[in-house]
Amino acid sequence: MLRLPKFQYLTPQNINDACKILADQGPAAMIVAGGTDIYPKMKRRQFLPKTLIGLRKIDDLDRISGSAKSGLTLGASATLTEVSSHSVVQESYAGLAKAAGAVSTPILRNMGTIGGNLCLDTRCNYYDQTHHWRQAIGWCMKAPSGKGWPVLQDSKLNQSGVPCRVAPGSSRCWAVSSTDSAPMLIALGAKLKLIGSKGERVISVKDLYNDDGMFYLSKAHDEILTEIQLPPSDGIKSTYWKLRRRESFDFPVLGVAVALKQAKDGTVEHAKVVLGGIGSCPFEMAEAQNILTGKRLTENQIEAASQSVFNPARPLDNTDFHLFYRKRMAPVYLKRALTELATMGSNV
Amino acid sequence: MFYTGAVGTAKTKGGLLESQKTLITLQINGERYEVAVTVNKTLLEILREDLDLTGTKHGCEVGECGTCTVLINDQPILSCLTLGVEIQGQKITTIEGLEQNGKLHPIQQAFIELQAAQCGYCTPGMLLSSKALLDENKNPSQDEIKEALSGNLCRCTGYWKIIEAVELTASRLGASKE
Ligand SMILES: Cc1cc2nc3c(=O)[nH]c(=O)nc-3n(C[C@H](O)[C@H](O)[C@H](O)COP(=O)(O)OP(=O)(O)OC[C@H]3O[C@@H](n4cnc5c(N)ncnc54)[C@H](O)[C@@H]3O)c2cc1C
Ligand code: SF4
Ligand code: FES
Ligand code: FES
Repeated sequence: MLRLPKFQYLTPQNINDACKILADQGPAAMIVAGGTDIYPKMKRRQFLPKTLIGLRKIDDLDRISGSAKSGLTLGASATLTEVSSHSVVQESYAGLAKAAGAVSTPILRNMGTIGGNLCLDTRCNYYDQTHHWRQAIGWCMKAPSGKGWPVLQDSKLNQSGVPCRVAPGSSRCWAVSSTDSAPMLIALGAKLKLIGSKGERVISVKDLYNDDGMFYLSKAHDEILTEIQLPPSDGIKSTYWKLRRRESFDFPVLGVAVALKQAKDGTVEHAKVVLGGIGSCPFEMAEAQNILTGKRLTENQIEAASQSVFNPARPLDNTDFHLFYRKRMAPVYLKRALTELATMGSNV
Repeated sequence: MFYTGAVGTAKTKGGLLESQKTLITLQINGERYEVAVTVNKTLLEILREDLDLTGTKHGCEVGECGTCTVLINDQPILSCLTLGVEIQGQKITTIEGLEQNGKLHPIQQAFIELQAAQCGYCTPGMLLSSKALLDENKNPSQDEIKEALSGNLCRCTGYWKIIEAVELTASRLGASKE
């Protein structure tokens, strides 16, 4: 039986208390929201926090407020079910309803939160395994011992000498960003609020991520994500296409998020194309955006924009499916996403 | 009664020490259970090991199968990824709570009649996910049934009998079907 290791469980009543515990205890303390990422990882001994800080007692952290006109604010503890079934999200941020609604299973979406989804650990076939399995292959750079990740952050064990098993000569970890909502929120231009022991700040969702499988979040350890701020929807059309083996349960091995604003005559005024599941962070596809902007969404334009993501999509062989298949599917999925938007009326 | 984190020692003000047992109160199938557990115990472990409610099945333990599904406030959740201390004061329904006064729930009756259970290992989770769906949607389409059950794996039936059992139950519960 895979049991949870021992830990101390704290339920502070407000964010400042939670930040203070994180600041005092450092990496030995971790946040738990829905627990759907952290508990499996603790059972597999990828994380061994001494203290867990539950966010459930903090009031209003799950509130969804605002409107499509003024912009919508999602509390970090809102569940993925609450986000994907919210009427404003469905009507005016359709791509987000799709992305959040495509995470794992309906049951897991009742538990998993949007904040936890944005902070989701990066994934790799050599890392998301039990303690015994990882021990048998001699560990890997991201978790170079049986002691779990908080210890690792503490002592900068990325210089441990334990190699990456996917790219053995590499000096970094290539574990894959596998959050469905992050690429979509970046495409929609969303921001998020972080509260830490030194104060609060608002950054773009894009700036939350580093292109690094181990240190994938740019935020300080004691900073807690409290809300996600969607800009006014302003007639933007959006969609999300997700590649995975089964249409339920599975993480994305490719996620294509697109948000477009078109003028009345159909000219694309503004385009965002963001790919997830192809590297350690979501990637904005600048060339595709340039090709789309200023033109109408004709078949030729869609084809050209789609082909342009073939080169920048550079997955590694550390998730499900063959990596060349995943690379080939990037243009295919972008084409399907753009074709869907081309035939869709604008959602204001 | 909500857990406030009030149990603690000088060392862990406002929290629960790792090996310390704490008395928690759970509302399961309309009854009140008091049980002393360490904080790292999942609801699945508490149900099966401490309360002898072994109808909730133990599968992958990491969120990948759905056989441990229970309802919290009428919503399906996974008991293998929920701590006992996290859900005090909330309404928990397990498979043992589905029959009422010795009478099977219509969804259980339909599963039997259509042989929607073979080995039976996924069945408690399937029944609870189906019940949650029917409580919310009296007349679900086939796609809605598939979606609602897409977090519960079955390795035996091929799913069709299960989907048919949900449809049969919906029609029996008086819904007008398309
Ligand atoms: C079988 C299975 C399939 C899955 N499939 C998918 C999938 O297809 N797509 C997908 O995106 N995810 C998937 N997941 C992962 C996970 O369920 C979701 O990402 C979920 O949204 C995580 O949210 P949570 O609240 O449960 O996070 P938790 O497990 O509570 O936390 C996740 C991480 O975020 C940190 N954290 C949580 N909240 C905050 C906060 N407010 N501030 C700072 N840090 C925070 C935690 O410390 C932890 O490191 C899957 C999980 C399982 C078990
Ligand atoms: S990419 Fe390399 S270092 Fe990172 S988790 Fe996989 S094997 Fe480990
Ligand atoms: S035991 Fe498999 S999901 Fe809980
Ligand atoms: S009946 Fe055997 S797993 Fe479903």
